Amino acid sequence: MPAFPKKWLAVLLVLAVAIPLLQPVLPDVVSNYRLFLVSTMIIAAIAVLGLNLLTGFNGQISLGHGAFYAVGAYTAAILMDQVEVPYWATVPAAAVVCFIVGYLFGLPALKLEGHYLALATFALALAVPQILKYKWLEDLTGGVQGIVLLKPEAPFGLPLSEDQWLYYFCLVVMVILYWAAANMLNSRSGRAMMAIRDQPMAASTMGIDLALYKTVTFGISAAYTGIAGALSASAISFVAPDSFTIFLSIKFLIGLVVGGVGSLAGSVVGGIFYVLVDNSAQSLALFVKDDLGLPFDLSAYTVFGVLLVALMYLMPMGIVGGVYLAVRKLRSHG
Amino acid sequence: MKTNRRSFLGGVSTAAVLAASGTAFAQKKYDNGATDKEIKIGHTNPYSGPASSYGVIGKAETAYWKAVNERGGINGRMINFITKDDGYNPSKTVEVVRELVEQDKVLGLFNTLGTPTNTAIHKYMNQKKVPQLFVATGASKWGQPKKFPWTMGYQPDYHTEAVIYAKHILANIKDAKIGVLMQNDDYGKDYWEGFKEGLGKEIGRVVKHVTYETTDPTVDSQVIQLKDSGANVFFNISIPKFAAQAIRKAADIGWKPAQYLNNVSSSVASTLKPAGFENSQGIITALWLKDPTDKQWDNDPEMKTWRAWMDKNMPGANQADGNYIYAYSVSFLIEHTLKACGDVLTHENLMKQAASIKKLRVPLLLPGILVSTSATDFYPVQSVQLARFKGETWSLFGDIMSAEGS
Repeated sequence: MPAFPKKWLAVLLVLAVAIPLLQPVLPDVVSNYRLFLVSTMIIAAIAVLGLNLLTGFNGQISLGHGAFYAVGAYTAAILMDQVEVPYWATVPAAAVVCFIVGYLFGLPALKLEGHYLALATFALALAVPQILKYKWLEDLTGGVQGIVLLKPEAPFGLPLSEDQWLYYFCLVVMVILYWAAANMLNSRSGRAMMAIRDQPMAASTMGIDLALYKTVTFGISAAYTGIAGALSASAISFVAPDSFTIFLSIKFLIGLVVGGVGSLAGSVVGGIFYVLVDNSAQSLALFVKDDLGLPFDLSAYTVFGVLLVALMYLMPMGIVGGVYLAVRKLRSHG
Repeated sequence: MKTNRRSFLGGVSTAAVLAASGTAFAQKKYDNGATDKEIKIGHTNPYSGPASSYGVIGKAETAYWKAVNERGGINGRMINFITKDDGYNPSKTVEVVRELVEQDKVLGLFNTLGTPTNTAIHKYMNQKKVPQLFVATGASKWGQPKKFPWTMGYQPDYHTEAVIYAKHILANIKDAKIGVLMQNDDYGKDYWEGFKEGLGKEIGRVVKHVTYETTDPTVDSQVIQLKDSGANVFFNISIPKFAAQAIRKAADIGWKPAQYLNNVSSSVASTLKPAGFENSQGIITALWLKDPTDKQWDNDPEMKTWRAWMDKNMPGANQADGNYIYAYSVSFLIEHTLKACGDVLTHENLMKQAASIKKLRVPLLLPGILVSTSATDFYPVQSVQLARFKGETWSLFGDIMSAEGS
């Protein structure tokens, strides 16, 4: 898949930095709620990015990244709640914890390929909410009640609202992680990762240590998703086992496939997509029923599903792949 | 003479209230979410996901407002009831509630469902000073007017209910040895905490405490463990599916303890019938709503009105589902509260009116249970009555019991 053109990236970044500052001029358009929503999109994008490193670039399937997201969120929440660590310090802490957890999980996962790995990770995602409720951990995790947190405020007396600040914080974290991932993939290690995905046997013949690369990739992928979890703990200011059900893992996978497997830009698009569609599916279902007057009492998930099927049919390589193909077609005609 | 004096005082205070509201009615006052034509009320409910069986509550409430609007609305204003799906996921609840409060700018939230979901928005709503009224959860933390003046519960809380069972056991069963089956989540814990509090220093009477997860296929092994512990009292903290399994299993293995069943599973159709009426005789529970599947209410005027309402506004809905009764009763209460607000539709006045309900009869509550709130009492319904299962129906006994307005 092609790299994202640099000048467009720069334009997007300038817009991303500038738009929230318009809040005093356009309070209704750039509302705190919308900034919060964009922050959740950024967080989703980081989580999908993590999954993409593993599945898109290394060829290992995971149906359980919600588990690492939960571990990241709980690491952040427990640190803030029990030891009063500032929110920004919880992000690297969650990354380290999730890297270790991911690495350790990657060890037995080495023996599992394809569907079997998918099943093993699926089991992990199912187990985590139960583990969080476990009575020996209750003092730390708050059990089923979860942990209520404070929302981070802008530091140094910056005249920013909580949501503006959170948005910038998430944006900076994402830009750093995106840059790091792009560089890594462009390096020897990145090429090794992709070689393992495409031809494991050829890769090992060329002297690539399959076990090492696979486990470390698992760790890095988990760390990315864990960071997203830590950010979400700050954004939502509350963690509870019910936030991390199996649906979360499936949503990451949807974001990955819709955005574009094996594309960094696709991860961002995928993250944005699933928050957007998740939020508008219900209104769309209502629109079909009330405004179009069709006699369907559709559930939000039905609408979500129909959209997904349509999208996969029209753009089998994800949104980014589809757009790229369309642009190429146009150019070759012109 | 005493009564005369009291009625005289009552008369004076009524006059004062009328005078006060008279001046209030003279001038209209609106916050976000209210105009001359419309009142916006927000709501969240799981229409999808593992708890989607509660979705019928949101559907019934939507139908309720539609019916109210067809009658001409409240004081001439139409109710714009905006209900959102949160899938019982607290992160999602925060998202949709922020949308309701900041984008849709609702006057208040009503009957948002779930303990973890409401916990996630508890602080936010109180920071924003937007009412979070009559939340649909039985946790005991929703009535703290000092700390959270913008949040109010509705139903009797699980904690108090469990205290009542514990006291009843201690008073009535000699040499009680208690076995507890509990769902391992916030709802189960709340009952368990209340039960422990009710037993006090007699806590040693609990000889066995077993839990299950909602994902378990059955609770058979748990019930066998309880029997083997030698318990002669069984406190059943489980949702209907598992409650029925446990009652049936106990009968199958010949365990005949005194059984206490939590109100959550008091539905005749969804618990006791599948458990088998012959296995359910003598079970004790605490009730506060009328059960639509209990024959004793068949000729009850409120029940008849409700059935007619359901036939008209929700044709085809399963009238055996107690959630419809619940939704109807709580909708009645918010309708009453909004009416009481008159033309002063501010966040503050909505909260004030919600906290000034005096002995209101809400349809479908058990006879004798009235709703009262005050500036220090944010528990609208806090009375229950014990009932024993007899034949195919609950037979109420004893007095209506109220918790302290703590």
